[in-house]
Amino acid sequence: MTIEQGSSGRTVGSPVVATAAIHRKPITPRRVARATFLYAGMVVALLVVVAPFSWLVISSVADKADLLTKPLEWIPAHISFGRFVDLTVGSSVDETAQGFRAAIMNSMVIALATTAVGMLVGTLAAYAFARLRFPGRSWMILAFMATTMLPPIALILPLFQIMKALGITDTPLALIIIYSSFVTPYVVWLMRGYIETIPRDLDDAGRVDGCSRLGVLWRVIIPVATPGLLSTALLAFLLAWDEFLYALVITQSNASKTLPVALNDFIGRYGVDFGRLATGGVIAAIPPVLIAFAFQRHIVAGLTAGSVKG
Amino acid sequence: MTAGTLGRPRGRQSKPWPETWVAAAFVAPAALVVLLVVVIPLARAAWMSLFDIELTSPGVEPFVGLQNYITQLTNTDFWDSVSKALFFTGVTTALELSLGLGLAMLMDQPLRFRWLLRSIVILPWALPTIVNALMWRWIDNGTYGSLNALLAQTGVIHDYVPWLSQDSTAMWMVVLADVWKMTPFCAILILAGLQGIDRELFEAARVDGAGSFQIFRRIIVPLLTPIILVVVVLRTMEAFKVFDIIWIMTGGGPANATQTVAIYAYRTAYQSYDFGQGAALGYLIAIFIMLLAAVYLKLLRRTGA
Amino acid sequence: MINGPGARRGMLLRASVVLMAAAFAAAGCSGSSASPSAAQPSAGASASAAAAASGAAASPAGEAITLHVLLMKQAAYSDTDVAAMTAAFNVDHPNVTIVPEFVAYDALHDKIVTAQAGGGGVYDLILVDTPWPAEMVKAGLITEITDKIPAEFTSGVFDAAWTAAKYNGKIYGVPWINDTKFFFYNEKLLTDAGITAAPKTWDEVEADAKAVKAKGEVKYPLISSWKQAEAVICEWTQIAAAMGGSEFVDAQGNALFNQGGGLAALKFMKKLIDEGLVDPASLSSTEDDVNTAMATGQYAMTLNWTYGLNVMNDAKSSKVPGQIKVAPSPGEGSVVTSGVNGGMSLAVTTTSKHPAEALQYALFLASEKSQEMDVANALPMWKASFDSADVTKNNPTLFAAAKVQFTGLVARPVVPYYTKLSNALQAAIQEALLGKKTPEQALNDVAAQLPTFQK
Repeated sequence: MTIEQGSSGRTVGSPVVATAAIHRKPITPRRVARATFLYAGMVVALLVVVAPFSWLVISSVADKADLLTKPLEWIPAHISFGRFVDLTVGSSVDETAQGFRAAIMNSMVIALATTAVGMLVGTLAAYAFARLRFPGRSWMILAFMATTMLPPIALILPLFQIMKALGITDTPLALIIIYSSFVTPYVVWLMRGYIETIPRDLDDAGRVDGCSRLGVLWRVIIPVATPGLLSTALLAFLLAWDEFLYALVITQSNASKTLPVALNDFIGRYGVDFGRLATGGVIAAIPPVLIAFAFQRHIVAGLTAGSVKG
Repeated sequence: MTAGTLGRPRGRQSKPWPETWVAAAFVAPAALVVLLVVVIPLARAAWMSLFDIELTSPGVEPFVGLQNYITQLTNTDFWDSVSKALFFTGVTTALELSLGLGLAMLMDQPLRFRWLLRSIVILPWALPTIVNALMWRWIDNGTYGSLNALLAQTGVIHDYVPWLSQDSTAMWMVVLADVWKMTPFCAILILAGLQGIDRELFEAARVDGAGSFQIFRRIIVPLLTPIILVVVVLRTMEAFKVFDIIWIMTGGGPANATQTVAIYAYRTAYQSYDFGQGAALGYLIAIFIMLLAAVYLKLLRRTGA
Repeated sequence: MINGPGARRGMLLRASVVLMAAAFAAAGCSGSSASPSAAQPSAGASASAAAAASGAAASPAGEAITLHVLLMKQAAYSDTDVAAMTAAFNVDHPNVTIVPEFVAYDALHDKIVTAQAGGGGVYDLILVDTPWPAEMVKAGLITEITDKIPAEFTSGVFDAAWTAAKYNGKIYGVPWINDTKFFFYNEKLLTDAGITAAPKTWDEVEADAKAVKAKGEVKYPLISSWKQAEAVICEWTQIAAAMGGSEFVDAQGNALFNQGGGLAALKFMKKLIDEGLVDPASLSSTEDDVNTAMATGQYAMTLNWTYGLNVMNDAKSSKVPGQIKVAPSPGEGSVVTSGVNGGMSLAVTTTSKHPAEALQYALFLASEKSQEMDVANALPMWKASFDSADVTKNNPTLFAAAKVQFTGLVARPVVPYYTKLSNALQAAIQEALLGKKTPEQALNDVAAQLPTFQK
């Protein structure tokens, strides 16, 4: 597969496809032009997203020597999925692969737990900041954000000392605690933003129906804010999924090592096992993409639910 | 839990809690989660920044007041790294926001196969930074990189370009890698924000004779402002603190051309065991970010959003 | 397609709440059960634990001791090599359980600094790179072991290997990994240009490079690892030593690097760039990038660490397997050859509760027998190994080159402000190579900063 002809090539906006999407309205030259423009934009977007990633996929299945021909041959001469096998079900002697498998589980647990904690406490606070009036509201929201403004380099040593004093270094719990505290301000800010875009009339209607504040949040706001909720949750998940520096310092063994740390182990003193790293990267990207695939329709819901979908 | 008792009022006549109490109950859990973990390190870093703490002179940690801050503020290397960070922040935030806005609008259109775009668009964001950076390092390589291969085979360039070795191009390459990774972040958050907008407003505007661009400017942008503001602040913060992606791609080189302030801080604190200076640098970075955030807020208030 | 109305959203919502709750429960479980001994211990730990257990059954000796050892992920000695060495160690020391932790090289320094700055007590034995001992001694992180080194180590190990473990004449580490940069060349490209023997001086390198370039087979004959990192310092140090500048700083702390060999080396590097003999991509290349570049067959000559020879000649990772040969690094004038010391040593931390056992283990890992377990990927540091036909048979030319080069290794400056100096020099060298400053100016500017590093 060359980069010029990605798998998306088949979807190129032919008039048939384009007009089918807007069949409810009369076909005018203007509408056809607009649809062509939009489909062209979609194809470009897909190509830009997929092209660098496809290089990673090529690297993961090719012999390194095949990546070095000049002029470059985009289809490697030898294709092998051996690295995927090694990393997922390979022999138990391979400690780096073992570490990688343990890391997927650790990262999954840590990212899900962080997302759960962050979303729960963050959304509650966000609702208060968006809808309630109370003293200290404006400085408190700034204070939340201010806690995330220091670079990790400045905080890592004290954080390590605290975790060591608590005796929880090298446990997933330590990272869940740290990540939750860093994710929560993001959730507060984002969810406040989403809730503010929702008309207040909806709240008032809920209040008139006898809902408590929590009831309004639960029954009125959250259903409408589902797109924001899901995309914020995605952000929380990926922050925890991708964090490196704290994980590097806090983890010591397969009991808590996360994906970025395990991937970093593929880098030797002078050498990067690029094929293996590419394989690990492709595998690491799969869970978030599956999550996005599962929720993509619901990210576009909210007020427009029930209207025409593509 | 207090929240539970709030959830079920015993009928309309029961007296609701004062708003401040409700707010306190809502905010308290988040405040606990954040403050319990962050407050001690924040305070400790602030304290450390007032001392001359070098690991290579253990036991000797004289109080120096604001000297660490003064040392940095009068250091040309520091200001050089701040300007690199500002450039990186400005360019990546602008590109990620505008491209993300466009991508979000596109994903919002009723097009076939948009589920494909909506699922795949997350790929760059889902790829761990460490892999992303090493991937771009290979793509940009001056002797066997695939970007050179692509440009040479399509006739755009004749000789391979050492993208990461020239001070004129290295920064743009790390910008490219960051924009590729984080544009989906902006797009998805903005797409979610778009869903909160009442589409009947569009129809009404159309009836009034507004074109697509006018709808975008007069309706979408103002209504999206809260979300766009948050996205911009988040991206600015992360970009100004950028470390991993640049460290792996260029190590700050060539000749400090990509040495942003976080890389400078890392070299000062961690590599050189100078934790007093490192803590001071951390706070200086935070102050810069706050200033940037304040500027955004001002600008937005002025545009009267 | 019509999206489901409210009921469906409600379901989704409830589903995600359940998911959240499940995640919470999962977090609770893993958090509580993940005490160091419980959840999946690494195979290395369990292997050594098993060995300890079986040994204990055979000979009940001393109290049970656990040593935490911080090592590095590498080709030699790998996790598996170390597990084998540990099993052998446990035969005589059944009461000692070794818990190794392998991290990437880039993470090693950060892990050590955080663990020790955070109060210590995490590791008993740590792997330290050549430039670190001075700083770590000054910071009180590692223990002096001068009078605890057995005689056979003092006489049997190359003198050069000890420079990596010494500070102010005292020994702080057991040399474990021995390495320097060799000269690698693409035999076919040199032969095509009419060159029959590897160049012996840097002048010859330049002349040969011109001949290869004139032949027109490749655009740039040379590729170098001159990235703004330790890489560029290593290369510059090695060339500087060949040009008579093996000292960076004199005993009084005055700069020497901005004159003599140091300056000559930088001028020479700049000249190679100006003449189009070295690929400008070198300025962002690490040692690994250089191996890959050589493996494309587009370059004739380079310097690199020992392991490069295998990588560049491996059919799976190279377009020119078998074509890359090794020779001693070039000299200049009266200097026959030079080599930067790229060794690493094992140091006992000051916070270790079992320093004696930690040292025993370090000496075991560094013993001649352990070192000869993996000579394919790393050169042993024992003189005797180089005379053993059994050991050298795999790669006679490499051992021949190493035997010459190991007699004259130069260390990067062993000063407690090394990292600051190195950071400044990396940037300065690149400024000179990019033509932003003259070589004199670039190095003099760093020399002027020296007092602030030394304060």
